[in-house]
Amino acid sequence: MSDNVTLTIDGQSVTVPAGVTIWGAARKLSINIPILCHHFDVKPYAGCRVCVVEVQGMRAMAAACACPVSEGMVVKTNTPKVREARRLVVELLLASHPQDCLTCDRSQNCELQALASDLGIKEVRFKNTKPQLPLDANNPSLVRDPNKCVLCGRCVRVCTEKQSASVYTFANRGYQSIVTPAFGRGLENAKCTFCGQCSVICPTGSIVVKDDTEKVMEAINDPDKVVVVQTAPAVRVALGELFGAQTGAIVTPKMVGALKLLGFDRVLDTNFTADLTIWEEATEFLERLTKNRDMPMITSCSPGWINFLEMYYPALVKHHSSCKSPQQMFGALAKTFYAQKEKLDPAKIVSVSIMPCTAKKFEAKRPEMRASGFQDVDYVLSTRELGKLIKSAGICLNDVQPQNYDPIMGIGSGAGTIFGNTGGVMEAALRFAYEAVTKETLSQLEFNAVRGLNGLKEAEVDLKGTKIKVAVAHGLANARKVMEAIKDGNPHKWNFIEVMACPGGCISGGGQPISHDMNYRTKRTEGLYADDRNLKYRKSQDNPEVKAIYAEFLGEPGGHKAHELLHSHSVHH
Amino acid sequence: MSHNAPSPCKCVDLAKLEPVFQQYRKKTGALIPVLQAAQDIYGYLPIEVMESIAENLNVPVSQVYGVVTFYAQFHLEPRGKHIIRSCQGTACHVRGASRILGALKENLNVEPGHTTADLQFTLETVACIGCCSLAPVIMVGENAHARLKPSGIAKILDGYRD
Ligand code: SF4
Ligand code: SF4
Ligand code: SF4
Ligand code: FES
Repeated sequence: MSDNVTLTIDGQSVTVPAGVTIWGAARKLSINIPILCHHFDVKPYAGCRVCVVEVQGMRAMAAACACPVSEGMVVKTNTPKVREARRLVVELLLASHPQDCLTCDRSQNCELQALASDLGIKEVRFKNTKPQLPLDANNPSLVRDPNKCVLCGRCVRVCTEKQSASVYTFANRGYQSIVTPAFGRGLENAKCTFCGQCSVICPTGSIVVKDDTEKVMEAINDPDKVVVVQTAPAVRVALGELFGAQTGAIVTPKMVGALKLLGFDRVLDTNFTADLTIWEEATEFLERLTKNRDMPMITSCSPGWINFLEMYYPALVKHHSSCKSPQQMFGALAKTFYAQKEKLDPAKIVSVSIMPCTAKKFEAKRPEMRASGFQDVDYVLSTRELGKLIKSAGICLNDVQPQNYDPIMGIGSGAGTIFGNTGGVMEAALRFAYEAVTKETLSQLEFNAVRGLNGLKEAEVDLKGTKIKVAVAHGLANARKVMEAIKDGNPHKWNFIEVMACPGGCISGGGQPISHDMNYRTKRTEGLYADDRNLKYRKSQDNPEVKAIYAEFLGEPGGHKAHELLHSHSVHH
Repeated sequence: MSHNAPSPCKCVDLAKLEPVFQQYRKKTGALIPVLQAAQDIYGYLPIEVMESIAENLNVPVSQVYGVVTFYAQFHLEPRGKHIIRSCQGTACHVRGASRILGALKENLNVEPGHTTADLQFTLETVACIGCCSLAPVIMVGENAHARLKPSGIAKILDGYRD
């Protein structure tokens, strides 16, 4: 049996592996068959019929996104019949769709809008008789507008297949069909982790990030306030895409320049607190390992993951590290240590963070995140929101003068920057733990076993006699596998586990630019590893600003003051 | 946690489901028979019951909701003592079915698909009852009421009230 299949598409011959769909084969010929319900991250569903093609010998038209190729198949993707069928599908969708493009969050990046324009639809012949449904906006992270839903089911599939949260379902039948959480509940009552993956995969403006840009601009325009901003590791490798840069391009200096132009008073780096997290978390790990307390230990910097753990595995929360996320460590220090150093009144500091993540908006509002006596992080903007803010100010990112971060909490190491990749926190912690345990300089900084996009990675690391077994999971469906293994008594004898809620880690977080490049995760991952190689410091223990903050302010890693500000005391610690 | 589901209502006795779970727990494809058995017990499918079924069969609660709303045989609300079915077929439509439905909605103060607060009536619409010569027509339970006028609705309903 041959593993390859040769077929003809629009008169051109093409050979592809068996099992590939007509849509995939056409792409090889640079023929872009339009799609709507299909997306490369989830399984085919064949629900919308936007991708229909004619196949010789078949009476009905085939859905190219789901129909596998066969030997000798003759496909036509652009006949009058095909064009008419596609137009009808899209016209029917538009008939019950609000005509809100001018004010819609997804305008110019909306797949429905693009389809309507590509198919040349000039008028809609049908009347909208659907009743208007209310917005779902009672949570800090996302806004759902069911009226803009095209019932493609992508959110249903990503939340089930990749995140194993299964928040959404199709409900009702026929003309009454909707996509909704169970019982028509809002996301805040539907065991949603706020990971935001559904907002990345939705083709329309039906699921968008809650917009906090106005509040931030208000703070910037208030002469009484000092607005301090931190930028997460993964933002620098993705922001450029919103301004036409290549996928995976690092734009740190221009991003810092743009933030200064926008009027932020201090521009600082979350990579600084990523390094700090490593000092705290690796110290905690080595202590827990020695005392065999609540092992295995699991990382805690992904708030979507923490929500998942609390809601789906409440009996196992003791396994996560007590360390706050870098965002929250930063927030706690901005209104204490930084305020003291800069002689600022903490009540006048507005602390903003730029994050690849939608769950961070939820995290910032947790009642326990007030170690400074104030809400530690006031506003969280996603990368997509920062892009909008920059555009609305008339700033062209490419033309911005490159700038450096401001001092005191502005230096981050390469170990901090790779926090944005799956496996990055683990690698950074291993770089630290190795030197802490062996008292020797680590020569080989790359831990390749924890790199890459495999859903669950494992490695055994020898710290000169102390052997530790580590695991790395990304995407909550993989996190669930890890938790089931722990429930079963941890048969793989893992000691230390990294979990990121989003597939690929923060580089493809729920707040990141929406990419149509199938290899965008790999490219962004490579971008951050390149950033690591180019930085002056590559290990968290070498960061001079982190050394200074322990000497001047925090005392020992894991000490009293560090615990008060940098660890979470919510559940069990 | 603050964004968790509201606590279950105490008025539904979930213990009655236990024998159903014992029978079906290890079986695949059990969801629909379990939902049918649960509806036989409670008369409808309260949220707490659907949540309990999801947990015990280890399926997402969203999936349970999807199935329940897909099949017309399942009810999310308690059923009234009397089921009113208002015909919307062509003949009834031509002869004023929409005004009959309007009178029913006004008298009962419910929308189609719902049950009155006193649990006396559930109002439903049907595509065609099949006795077009009698249009416009409604069924109350097993009884057909034919050639109706909106003004006659109150009297018919009163005849069924306790
Ligand atoms: S979802 Fe797309 S088509 Fe609909 S209003 Fe928004 S931009 Fe326009
Ligand atoms: S935010 Fe994440 S968990 Fe919540 S519905 Fe979307 S994909 Fe599912
Ligand atoms: S909300 Fe978006 S992703 Fe989900 S079904 Fe509707 S259009 Fe598709
Ligand atoms: S994209 Fe193929 S059926 Fe929707």
